[in-house]
Amino acid sequence: MLIAKVIGTTVSTIKEPTLEGRKLLILRQTDVDGVPVGKPYVAVDTLDAGIGDLVLTAHGSSGRQTDITKNRPVDAVIMAVIDHLSVLGEVTYKKY
Amino acid sequence: MKIARVTGSTISTIKNPRIMETKLLVCRETDRYGKKDIGSSYVAIDLVDSGVGDLVLTCHGSAARQTPITKETPTDAVIMAVLDHLEVDGEITFRK
Repeated sequence: MLIAKVIGTTVSTIKEPTLEGRKLLILRQTDVDGVPVGKPYVAVDTLDAGIGDLVLTAHGSSGRQTDITKNRPVDAVIMAVIDHLSVLGEVTYKKY
Repeated sequence: MKIARVTGSTISTIKNPRIMETKLLVCRETDRYGKKDIGSSYVAIDLVDSGVGDLVLTCHGSAARQTPITKETPTDAVIMAVLDHLEVDGEITFRK
């Protein structure tokens, strides 16, 4: 799983029928301090995450292991919204 | 499988119901001597009660769902062993 920040949303009218009604968010992987690294990617949101949230995403076939994404053309899913991140004894991120 | 060091922990209230009772730890891959950190951080589900500072083995992709705890969950990385010692080129490079 990767730590990522939600940086945007996508709107798409024409899409695969099984993906209708699903929220597709743009994310960017971050390091443990929440600083963006790497390229942006899109994941299906199953948890009502919003822009600015730090989340965890599962990739590949793991992305299809939720009720919402099962048997659908999905290779990345948001499966947790991070409240608190602590690295080497230091709190590096706090949502609230 | 990757040799990695556990560097931190995450706390998340909103997450996929299938992974409700799991511990999510921040890991970073190390070189084969278990000394230098390489690559970027990732998050894995802990199956073996490891803690911050431990050198562990993590399993990735669909292989991560081959345990009773992670079966049919949106998981793409698990910690499946804690390393006690590492021997490379006839030399013990790490001892817990």
